[in-house]
Amino acid sequence: MPVTEETRTKAREIIARYPRPRSALLPMLHLVQAEEGYITPDGIGLCVEELGLTRAEVGAVATFYTMYKRGPTGEYLVSVCTNTLCGLLGGDEIYATLREYLGVGHNETTDDGMITLEHAECLAACDHAPVVTVNYEYFDNQSEESAVRLVDDLRAGTPPRPTRGAPLCGFREISRQLAGFLDERPEARDAVSIAEPGLAGLRLAVERGERAPEYPEATLATTERKEA
Amino acid sequence: MPLTPVLTKRWLEPRSWELESYERLDGYRALRAALAMRPDEIIQIVKDSALRGRGGAGFPTGMKWGFIPQGDSTPHYLVVNADEGEPGTCRDLPLMMADPHALVEGIVIAAYAVRANFAAIYIRGEAVHALRRLQYAVREARQAGYLGQNVLGSGFDLEIVVHSGAGAYICGEETALLDSLEGYRGQPRLKPPFPATHGLYSSPTVVNNVGTLASVPAIILGGAAWWKAMGPEKSPGTSIYSLTGRVTRPGQYEAPMGTTLRELLDLAGGVREGRQLKFWTPGGSSTPMFTAAHLDVPLDFDSVAAAGSMAGTAALMIFDDADCVVRAVLKWTEFYEHESCGKCTPCREGTYWMTQILRRLERGAGTKEDLDTLLDTCDNILGRSFCPFGDGATSSITSSIQYFRDEYLAHLDGGCPNHRNRTLVGAH
Repeated sequence: MPVTEETRTKAREIIARYPRPRSALLPMLHLVQAEEGYITPDGIGLCVEELGLTRAEVGAVATFYTMYKRGPTGEYLVSVCTNTLCGLLGGDEIYATLREYLGVGHNETTDDGMITLEHAECLAACDHAPVVTVNYEYFDNQSEESAVRLVDDLRAGTPPRPTRGAPLCGFREISRQLAGFLDERPEARDAVSIAEPGLAGLRLAVERGERAPEYPEATLATTERKEA
Repeated sequence: MPLTPVLTKRWLEPRSWELESYERLDGYRALRAALAMRPDEIIQIVKDSALRGRGGAGFPTGMKWGFIPQGDSTPHYLVVNADEGEPGTCRDLPLMMADPHALVEGIVIAAYAVRANFAAIYIRGEAVHALRRLQYAVREARQAGYLGQNVLGSGFDLEIVVHSGAGAYICGEETALLDSLEGYRGQPRLKPPFPATHGLYSSPTVVNNVGTLASVPAIILGGAAWWKAMGPEKSPGTSIYSLTGRVTRPGQYEAPMGTTLRELLDLAGGVREGRQLKFWTPGGSSTPMFTAAHLDVPLDFDSVAAAGSMAGTAALMIFDDADCVVRAVLKWTEFYEHESCGKCTPCREGTYWMTQILRRLERGAGTKEDLDTLLDTCDNILGRSFCPFGDGATSSITSSIQYFRDEYLAHLDGGCPNHRNRTLVGAH
């Protein structure tokens, strides 16, 4: 399906952000992924036309990166961290349970088109292990039971709120945001950003009355006098 | 050792990510002060502070800034490495989600100091909420005059683009990141030339980590001596230590550089009840593992190096006596195999073969010679690839064989002894 004119306009907006056009290629691939949920030949064609590259040049980039999908992706991409820390703390069991429960393997999609499952490398949320993400929003401290409930809710059309992050939107919408287009939903702007493990040290410091040394008045006076 | 929140100090504030909260708590004061200085004065303060890069390598930040040519006619660039992906590392994303303006302010000050008018934040793709927070923050900062044309009337112009990656750990390596940001596969470049002279678009470029830049406003406000009053002289300042895994209260603990794991475990309630510390990483999976014998190593760049590892990203992954070291190392090695960019043969082929060997060792089908083959393969990867990725892939293997050879040998006959015992218990 040829890309829409709106997508072409957006692609040009992306190109305008950078000192050199080719820097727009990664966000443009996110953008074309937003059209049909994966990198289509037409999507590659748009990058070719707008950036003056060959299909081989664009294809070489698109196939290098894990987040560019080569086949239709479900409404929700469920990623289970199975790197060492999450894996040993239960991520391996969560992945095995979901694989069996959903009847799909890595990078495969359920028949209803709702869920694509993948095992993921470290998602940088190790203090919340084991971690699952849905369309890259965090569901922290998961278990086999909670992960099954999560996919049930997703398939039932009642997506739960992420532990940290905005209310879920579909995979295509997230791809659009990854292309650099801001999520304007107020509930996204207000969404929880940090959970208890992130605050563990700070809470303890407050409780104990511990803090870094104060900024010396003399330094402040010198630096800020210059300004005045 | 007291806790010293500097980078984390605003995280408990209501709506800590908004400009209004940030301005109420010292926000953009440092920028105003910096714009009243000459760029070289700022570089000197950062040099005097002895701030070292928080991305893992610990390179002196002020020196890096000082390498940028001055008075030339080519454009300069500032690139922020927010591609946090080193296994165990989880401190930059919370910072960007809870306090994105600290990073934005650090970027504006650094860009002014190195005379860059374009900055890019390269954030890993799988971090959509941190991406939003940065985009909102950049928009707020622009509306308030901290970005864009003629920042706060200083005559200095700066544009910031927030750029999402697409799922490639290797792009955390600075030259692979630059290739990726230019729209290519993320593969490391040969150095030299270094990014300071041939970086983005082959122009002078500073590549700094999130934590490094977020430290800059505090250093400008407090001064070099204030920063150096915390931590050891050669690795001063604070560090966000990420305690994860088998600890009672995992999380982020900001303390002076040089704090020990014994002190940090005390803060985090120790290893989970009834278990003993077995092995841990001082700075992520690419740093050789430590054991209970290293509880008192000061966790700063030089002390950790002297003890045979690397301080890396202060990603302290804690494992206890119920965890199988062979399984842990296998899973890390599978990660390196998956993420190797394929440019250098020793890394591309070596990580593949090491994974095969570790798989058979883990399931009890290995031989004693396999350990020698593993060490020999590591020896052929270490120092023989363009970038430190290959070296990192060998760290957990060589260090685990050094400290836990007996556990590998115990796997030769039927796989993991822990697992066998569990099966036996079940059978009775």
